[in-house]
Amino acid sequence: MDILNQLQRQYTDFTALLYREGFVDDNFTQVQKLQDESSPDFVVEVVSLFFEDCEKLVNNMAEALEQQDVDFKQVDSHVHQLKGSSSSMGAARIKNVCIAFKTFCEAQNREGCLRCLQQVNHENTQLKTNLQALFTLERQIVANGGSIPVMQ
Amino acid sequence: MESCNCIEPQWPAEELLMKYQYISDFFIALAYFSIPLELIYFVKKSAVFPYRWVLVQFGAFIVLCGATHLISLWTFNMHSRTVAVVMTTAKVLTAAVSCATALMLVHIIPDLLSVKTRELFLKNKAAELDREMGLIRTQEETGRHVRMLTHEIRSTLDRHTILKTTLVELGRTLALEECALWMPTRTGLELQLSYTLRQQNPVGYTVPIQLPVINQVFSSNHALKISPNSPVARLRPLSGKYMPGEVVAVRVPLLHLSNFQINDWPELSTRRYALMVLMLPSDSARQWHVHELELVEVVADQETELTPEQRLMVETILKSSNLLATLINDVLDLSKLEDGSLRLDLGSFNLHTVFREVLNLIKPITSVKKLPVTLNLAPDLPVYAIGDEKRLMQTILNVAGNAVKFSKEGSISITAFVANSESLRDSRAPGFFPVLSDDHFYLRVQVKDAGQGINPQDIPKLFTKFVHNQALATRNSSGSGLGLAICKRFVNLMEGHFWIESEGLGKGCMAIFIVKLGIPEKTSESKNPFLPKANHGQTAFPGLKVLVLDENGVSRMATKGLLVQLGCDVTTVSSRDECLHVVSQDHKVVCIDVCMPDGFEAAARLHEKFTKNHERPLIVALTGNTDKVTKENCMRVGMDGVILKPFSVDKMRSVLSDLLEHRVLFEAM
Repeated sequence: MDILNQLQRQYTDFTALLYREGFVDDNFTQVQKLQDESSPDFVVEVVSLFFEDCEKLVNNMAEALEQQDVDFKQVDSHVHQLKGSSSSMGAARIKNVCIAFKTFCEAQNREGCLRCLQQVNHENTQLKTNLQALFTLERQIVANGGSIPVMQ
Repeated sequence: MESCNCIEPQWPAEELLMKYQYISDFFIALAYFSIPLELIYFVKKSAVFPYRWVLVQFGAFIVLCGATHLISLWTFNMHSRTVAVVMTTAKVLTAAVSCATALMLVHIIPDLLSVKTRELFLKNKAAELDREMGLIRTQEETGRHVRMLTHEIRSTLDRHTILKTTLVELGRTLALEECALWMPTRTGLELQLSYTLRQQNPVGYTVPIQLPVINQVFSSNHALKISPNSPVARLRPLSGKYMPGEVVAVRVPLLHLSNFQINDWPELSTRRYALMVLMLPSDSARQWHVHELELVEVVADQETELTPEQRLMVETILKSSNLLATLINDVLDLSKLEDGSLRLDLGSFNLHTVFREVLNLIKPITSVKKLPVTLNLAPDLPVYAIGDEKRLMQTILNVAGNAVKFSKEGSISITAFVANSESLRDSRAPGFFPVLSDDHFYLRVQVKDAGQGINPQDIPKLFTKFVHNQALATRNSSGSGLGLAICKRFVNLMEGHFWIESEGLGKGCMAIFIVKLGIPEKTSESKNPFLPKANHGQTAFPGLKVLVLDENGVSRMATKGLLVQLGCDVTTVSSRDECLHVVSQDHKVVCIDVCMPDGFEAAARLHEKFTKNHERPLIVALTGNTDKVTKENCMRVGMDGVILKPFSVDKMRSVLSDLLEHRVLFEAM
């Protein structure tokens, strides 16, 4: 029981931290709410899909930015996709970087774009680590027979 | 004379000198005579010359000098005594006049010089006045701008619109290079760049809120000059070459709610501020003027200007203008009442609030007229009722308003209670057959005043349109005489009865009406099976077939998950062709992400595929843009509804239920 309480408390604190630091926002809560008995792995599926998508887009953007004549329209459309995905999933920080990224694309600023791309990578890695930790905690709670505390 | 043997020079030296002197004297005389002529000529031309007699004196002096020189021409050689006498006279006169002139000049020259000084002084003064006029004119301009600005700010209620308007107008008025607003984040630990004037998408920069410069600005309500290098002022890359323009920052107090909610005005104690940063154009010598700073402070401080009483007044004004608009619309809709096509807008509302609002609306006038008003709501009066809230309020307001209008003194009382069978029978209406049932109740409202009263014989005429009661239409007949007629019609529509009792002139009057209102808990079930029966967690649209078209995998999955939660049977497609291939008559709703390039075309093709309206599935656009272009495009291709991403389960549920019930175009933003 003690372990369970501790785990649950850790989970609550960690989730609160993620929200406070702006890693995730309300949309992530929405996504979490969509998980129930009929789709028990919904969140994990969405998150994995997101990261796959993100990596693919980042690779495409890196390739496009390495060209001599950068096709900013293409980069912009990739950024738009990434912004849409991150927005739907509730990855707030990545979405914010995308907003800045878009501005640089419109200004056709290669340096700015590269910097934003780096930032996207960085945020991506961080979010992945954080969410993996979150899911591990969830699994442990379930393994100990408890239920995952719901965020208000 | 014997000629000497010495050699004689051609021109003896003396003679040469004499010759030159001769010529010089002649020219001097000439010049001396012409100077006065010139003086006279020019002075005659000028209108203002105060010292004419000085001129005469001077002229005489010159002439005599000239004469002296002229006469001396004759004295080179041997001359007669007459010439000598003339010469002497001339010289004496000249001496006299010269001395006189010299003495006079001592007197005059300082005056003339002071004239010059005065002239210079006046010129400086004139230049200064010109500058001040320029300043005053600018101030007046900015004063006018401030008034327009405050009017525009006060007329909008949305905080975002207010702030954006502030930025735009300030930028225009003060010709700023950049104007930016930093809003506190949800955590309250950082300020995030939310709006900028020049950049379309403000980049999501954040700065910690505890910076010393920010604390300094937040601690006073003045606009303070800050360094262009501070983090809040580094908004864009330096466009000028040398110097960034001066930067000023001011705090903007924030209300917690983004929309003003009536009766819910927040307390002033917990104050959050946003930071507004204003930059003058770079590379210009412009500096911040005191009056510009004052303008900025006034504009930024909008929300603290009203006292609590003023705020209540503003609330009331807003509400009454809302009501006024409705009243006007309804007056213009009189024809609908005439041919019976007016329908009541039934809905659930708070009955007690209606009475309280009427009271608030008439309070300003009653307090001015010093008429005490009392409102008595019976304890068994239901709080919630079903009926046409606006028209009921209109009726009560009209009746209460008349009571106030036609009373000079005395008190006014408004009583409301549930009419039981006795009071229903007492209603003095010949054709009024109230039917009591379980899901309705009869509301009886009595408004009693101690005013002018009405002659009992005139009472039936009151309800006639466009007829003013002559006795009543004394000073304040600003209505068109429609009020009571309309109210009676409304009351009739509400299956009720309206009548007025008065004991005569000067004895006050009582207006009574009874209307039928529904009771909320016992309304019958709605006919549409897709309406949600409960709020959380239960499936709202069991088995509803929905098709989702979205290129983005993650959003597709999120949308699908959401719809599955609502109990729908969801199919997802990721391209327009796939959508057209898969769609069938079974699908009742198609959700299309219009941010993808084929989105609109997919909708158009769907219209083509299903020519008959009832076979066509409802098309809902999912968009991240709220701009006009997107909305217009949606309407153009024939979308039935629009939802703004990101959306929640509740939002989707309400949209779908409205769509399925009404099948009309609307917006859910």
